[in-house]
Amino acid sequence: MTGTNHIPALGVTANTLHTVSIITNDHPGVLVRIALVFARRGYNIESLAVSPGAREGFARMTITSRGDAQNTEQILKQLKKLIDVVYITDHRDKAPVEVEIALVKLRAARAARTDILRIVDNFESQVVDDEEDTLMLRLTGTSAELDDCLGALRPYGVEELIRSGKIVMDSGASNFTHLLGGAS
Amino acid sequence: MDGQKMSSKRSAAPAAAASDRGVVTRRASRKGTVPPRVETGAERLVRCMEAHGVEYIFGLSGGAAMPIFDALVDSKIKLILTRHEQGASHMADGYARATGKPGVVLVTSGPGATNTVTGLLTALMDSVPMIVLTGQTPTFNLGKDAFQEADVTGITYPVVKHSYLVTKVNDIPRVVDEAFYLASTGRPGPILIDLPKDVTSAPCTAPDHDGVRIPGYVVPGRADTDVLEAAAAAITKSKRPVLYVGHGAVISGAGAAIAQLSEKLQAPVVNTLLGKGAVDETGPMHLGMLGMHGTAYANKAVEACDLIMAIGARWDDRITGRISEFCANATRIHIDVDPAEFNKTVTSHVQLLGDARLVVEDLLPLVGRLDTKPWLAQCAAWRKAYPLHYPTRGKALRAQHVLDRVNTLTDGKALFTTDVGQHQMWAAQFIRTRANRMWLSSGGAGTMGYGFPSAIGAQFAKPKTPVWCVVGDGGFQMTMCELATAAIHKLPVKVLIINNNYLGMVRQWQELFFDNRLSGVDLEGNPDFVKLARAYGVKGFYIRKPSDVDRVIKQAIKYNDGPCVIEAVVVKEDNVFPMIPAGAGYREMLIERPKGKLEKPEGST
Ligand SMILES: Cc1ncc(C[n+]2csc(CCOP(=O)(O)OP(=O)(O)O)c2C)c(N)n1
Ligand SMILES: [Mg+2]
Repeated sequence: MTGTNHIPALGVTANTLHTVSIITNDHPGVLVRIALVFARRGYNIESLAVSPGAREGFARMTITSRGDAQNTEQILKQLKKLIDVVYITDHRDKAPVEVEIALVKLRAARAARTDILRIVDNFESQVVDDEEDTLMLRLTGTSAELDDCLGALRPYGVEELIRSGKIVMDSGASNFTHLLGGAS
Repeated sequence: MDGQKMSSKRSAAPAAAASDRGVVTRRASRKGTVPPRVETGAERLVRCMEAHGVEYIFGLSGGAAMPIFDALVDSKIKLILTRHEQGASHMADGYARATGKPGVVLVTSGPGATNTVTGLLTALMDSVPMIVLTGQTPTFNLGKDAFQEADVTGITYPVVKHSYLVTKVNDIPRVVDEAFYLASTGRPGPILIDLPKDVTSAPCTAPDHDGVRIPGYVVPGRADTDVLEAAAAAITKSKRPVLYVGHGAVISGAGAAIAQLSEKLQAPVVNTLLGKGAVDETGPMHLGMLGMHGTAYANKAVEACDLIMAIGARWDDRITGRISEFCANATRIHIDVDPAEFNKTVTSHVQLLGDARLVVEDLLPLVGRLDTKPWLAQCAAWRKAYPLHYPTRGKALRAQHVLDRVNTLTDGKALFTTDVGQHQMWAAQFIRTRANRMWLSSGGAGTMGYGFPSAIGAQFAKPKTPVWCVVGDGGFQMTMCELATAAIHKLPVKVLIINNNYLGMVRQWQELFFDNRLSGVDLEGNPDFVKLARAYGVKGFYIRKPSDVDRVIKQAIKYNDGPCVIEAVVVKEDNVFPMIPAGAGYREMLIERPKGKLEKPEGST
């Protein structure tokens, strides 16, 4: 067996996190089509952020998912094949600007508050709701920073958590706007 | 009907085609009595179909599609009423494969639409241009579990190239233009258009649509020059080349260029099940079909080659067997119009993105004659040593004998469709296809029930071409209700039923890999197919013994007043060889029935 002429089967994949940006038509159903490309290959979407893009009629998404480079490559190609996908880019070899937001609700007895506020002071954060037994914080940062901050907060009792999913944008000149046609 | 009262019949005023401005004038024929009215969405839809040159629509009616069926009354498009929507979808597929033009299907909502899902899968897997129009419950009922509502776009996402749920009547012209463009360009495929009844009933005032613009959709044409040069350099080094030709070559009409390339390089050609006919299979450089049930000499050549060039073929698992061994030491070049096919299963050294015909044409001037004399001699020796064969002595009737004679007596002039199973593989082996679009078979999906309706579609497309369909007793029963469709249109389709009273291909696997423990393969209860044909007013013939074969085939060839059914009662337990068990390597090819038990295959059936 030479093993050099093929792509390894799914399921034996290395666990690398991939981040892709996708520009799509802003139609109902587009998200389902995209989700099916991942689901059919047994890939989990780890995070997904969707919003209208700069140009009317187009939406933009940032999707993160885990898998090895070659299978991810295949998923990218299958996504590109969707008629509603106008442009797709993998941020693998780039250092895009990235940000994520989280809202976290903590069971925070009075006594713990000083500790909590000291922890979040090291991150970009804001107290957005302050009640008798709970404290809601808004955290902003890279996904890794959020991971760190939330890890440190765990011992204090996280009641609720929502993360927006990472959103990214490459720095420098845009390289896809010509594909969208029409006036910018 | 369908639990609803239908509106009263239309006025008896003489029907006239819609005018170019989209104003329907027929009801205003008695001057001044009725003002001209704007055409409906359904009428506009039909007018758009006419503008795209649609000759036939295959379909079956129902409540939600009634406005469209109504609009067809005044159209020059011929509506072919089928007996089942699956039949309609395979007819459109057969029409499309025979012509290269999109086939069109029209069905109603809910079960009408879901009955086309198999047809969509079949078309998607084999890159067939098709437009499926489905009626849908009115937009105000969407999502309310209305009568015959099904989330048809949702159900079909994985089996279409693209789809539309039309919610605004004035979108119809744009959607139809895009649908035709998408269905037939790049890698072709099926497009579904879901049409709520209120949308098709509403007045359509959209101006003429022109210029399809689909951001991000690119249709590859010519390959990059530097990649062509890299391919040429690799080819130049080869002493044992093989050109591996697939459906993409048929679709792009690359056959003539490939034949030239083969001649120029002195390189043998093999083709896939769907590649049959791109290059004349009777030519001296042609080794026939490769893969699981390919000829032994084609497979020996593929196993021993030092360079293999896929031309519109996708290294599917029926072709490769165990991937890690497939042409592992050969240089692999891949020509495809779909970049997602590159490195999907087998990796390749050179990837030529483009239309197969244009790529091969551009490659021609870059290459010269190769020193392949010993290689061609080796291929000829294999051809001689391992010919396709079947027992010719004895009284038993064999499918291979029937097909061999059909091949000879039709003399390359007939178009063949097949169903799926042993008969399909024997037909692929013994019917030598000489011209493009003369061989239609469900490859990727392996859809039983495909053979007969696709032959009907092909016969509509090519009224002057003799059309044969080779079906099994199992698969024919899945769509045989279309005998009525073939009969009323007096289509001279010749239905050759290879009746082994088994789901033969599965029985073969059970015999070889499951200790002959037969499970769910005995077709006890089969009808008498000739009597069945007669019940539809269709001519029927039996072939029961070897001495009947030529006589009956000749009779069938002469009979052209309508369809005929030829029931060939063949030996029940015969096996297709050569065979590379699923997931095995080429060196494990079985040329004959092995003694003893085989290991269960790794690959899927
Ligand atoms: C719709 C569908 N169901 C099941 C199968 C699995 N299958 C493949 S070949 C085959 C047997 C076909 O029997 P028949 O039509 O009699 O042809 P034969 O193999 O006997 O020539 C079956 C069941 C299939 N390909 N398609
Ligand atoms: Mg059978």
